[in-house]
Amino acid sequence: MQDGATPIRLLIVDDERGFTEVLSKRMTRRGLRVDTAASGAEAVRMLRTQDYDATIIDLKLEGMDGVEILKVFKLLDPGLPILMLTGHGSETAVKASMRLGAADYLSKPVDFEALVAKVLNVARQGGDKA
Amino acid sequence: MDLQPYNNLSRNLALGVIGISFIPLLLVGGLIFVQFSSIYTEKVYAHLGAVVDKHLETIDAFLAGKQYEVLYLDKAFTYEQLTTPAFLERTLKDIQQQYGRVFVDLGVIDASGRQVAYAGPFDQLGADCSEESWYVNSRDSKIAISDVFLGLHRSPHFIVTVNNSDGLRSWTLKATIDFLAFGNQVENIRIGNTGHAYIVNAQGELQTRPRSVETQALSMVASRTVQRPHTTPGVLIERSLGSDGEDYIVVSAALAGADWKLVFQQESSDALSELATAERIALLVLVAGALAILGMALFMNRKLVTRFRLIDLRTEMMNRQMIEAGKLASIGELAAGIAHEINNPVAIMIEEAGWVGDLLEDEGREMSCREEVERALAQIRTQGVRCKDITHKLLSFARQTDTRVTMVSLPELVAEVVNLSMQPARYARIEFSLNIDPHMPPIKASPTELQQVFLNLINNSIQAMEQDGGTLIISCHASPDEVFITVADTGPGIPEANLSRIFDPFFTTKPVGRGSGLGLSICYGIIHQMGGTIEVESTVGHGTSFNIRLPLQRSDTFQGGNS
Repeated sequence: MQDGATPIRLLIVDDERGFTEVLSKRMTRRGLRVDTAASGAEAVRMLRTQDYDATIIDLKLEGMDGVEILKVFKLLDPGLPILMLTGHGSETAVKASMRLGAADYLSKPVDFEALVAKVLNVARQGGDKA
Repeated sequence: MDLQPYNNLSRNLALGVIGISFIPLLLVGGLIFVQFSSIYTEKVYAHLGAVVDKHLETIDAFLAGKQYEVLYLDKAFTYEQLTTPAFLERTLKDIQQQYGRVFVDLGVIDASGRQVAYAGPFDQLGADCSEESWYVNSRDSKIAISDVFLGLHRSPHFIVTVNNSDGLRSWTLKATIDFLAFGNQVENIRIGNTGHAYIVNAQGELQTRPRSVETQALSMVASRTVQRPHTTPGVLIERSLGSDGEDYIVVSAALAGADWKLVFQQESSDALSELATAERIALLVLVAGALAILGMALFMNRKLVTRFRLIDLRTEMMNRQMIEAGKLASIGELAAGIAHEINNPVAIMIEEAGWVGDLLEDEGREMSCREEVERALAQIRTQGVRCKDITHKLLSFARQTDTRVTMVSLPELVAEVVNLSMQPARYARIEFSLNIDPHMPPIKASPTELQQVFLNLINNSIQAMEQDGGTLIISCHASPDEVFITVADTGPGIPEANLSRIFDPFFTTKPVGRGSGLGLSICYGIIHQMGGTIEVESTVGHGTSFNIRLPLQRSDTFQGGNS
């Protein structure tokens, strides 16, 4: 529902393809421009070639896990709002990511409307980045 | 439980204690006794030696006195004077006045052995003495003392002879001396029951009357001579074996004046009777000491071994608890893994349903079955959320397998556990009756451990009421410094006999494989570690009630972090 203006660019990092695909479709339907990455390496590559207004990172990933990706993202783009997704209630990982500068966290399965609201809430306004 | 190691331990401990105590006891006791006995024996020897020595002097003096008297007569008077009957008669009277009737008679014997003069009670004038043994034996020396013989009146006598010559002739002055008084003096030396003295001549013939006929027949074989550092000179002490089989102490000393020996003999058991008493007392003390040590050793030993067994039992229980806790932890990890794995597909399902809803909203406005599809999607979402609830519950349970102490709200914790137990309770037709004060203060405890306590108690109650159903009553309330928790059921109750063992580890009445027998003992351990108490009340046919009291620590004194 972004009225004509520059759409919000969102990056979803999760190795559950089924999840990222359907989430990306639904977000796109809400007017967001969504990219997905299935691994930390892919996500970092994409962040280097493209600017995003918000990201969603799953905590549990093969290879680089969510917290490590968060650290790299914060180095590459300190102002990027990041939402963490967690499949299990690992409080330590959640606390670590909040301390490292995550904007918020949600646990799977998520309420889609709440997720959209959070993304819109934290996202930088499209194009306000130089 | 295998008792063999405890029996071995018990035996080794007992032997050790007894050995260590007995060796010094025996050594010290034995040493003191040997020392005492040698000192005492020495004293007895010294005493006997002194007695004999003293009497020896007396007898020597007596004999010497008589000898000198006769010698004096011989020296003082001439042959003519002595052979004058009136003179001899008067002389005898004089010495009898001086010495009493010890001097029986006086006589003068010429060289041929004929008694040429005599004064005394017997008619011996002119008697021929040349064949008499005392006369024959006296030929070689100036002065001689004969052996004792029984005179005409059956009383013992001996004869002192003095030989003399004046160039013209040689003669012998003789004096008969009554030995009765003298013999009595020797015979009166009596010590104890068997100690007595006698005098023997060179041939060993008795010169005094012995104490009894038996002792007269007794013959001695010297077994050893006692060597003493301070022996009285001339006194010989011997240990001898009598012909009656007894051991004797024989003290003998040679008389100076005659060829006689003064002998004192006493059964050693009599002489050393006080030593025997001391021996008995020492033995008694030793036996009493030994018995005391034995008793003490056995008593301490039993206490110690019982203690060891208890410690071992506790250790084993701890180990089982650790294993149980380990099991719970691994079950928790497994649950967490499963919950996470389930969350992902559930998330996808919910999102896909949402996507169908989105599509329906955009393009399915004309669909006749739209409402039905929307209902189905809502149902998928609802069930997805339900899955999420289940996995989150599992995750939260798995997370709480630690013993970290925090402030716990009992009403919340009880509600959580009751929720978990709702399903099996419903199957068993059991109703919950909760009587919980919602405003009670939080308590300082490990939520996991408390949860375990409640789960164990509630599960036990449910299992007890499985057959016929019933009511499970949980009540919690607090006083200013204590919290009272009751978990009660209306089950069949616990028989009196089992009631005292119910908190024992591994005690179970459940069929093999259904109960570890650890549940209640773990509860007991946890509650006691928290400084509380847990008690059971039960009436067969009416139900069982577990009453827990926990100390209440105010949150302002709560330090946290100690487990």
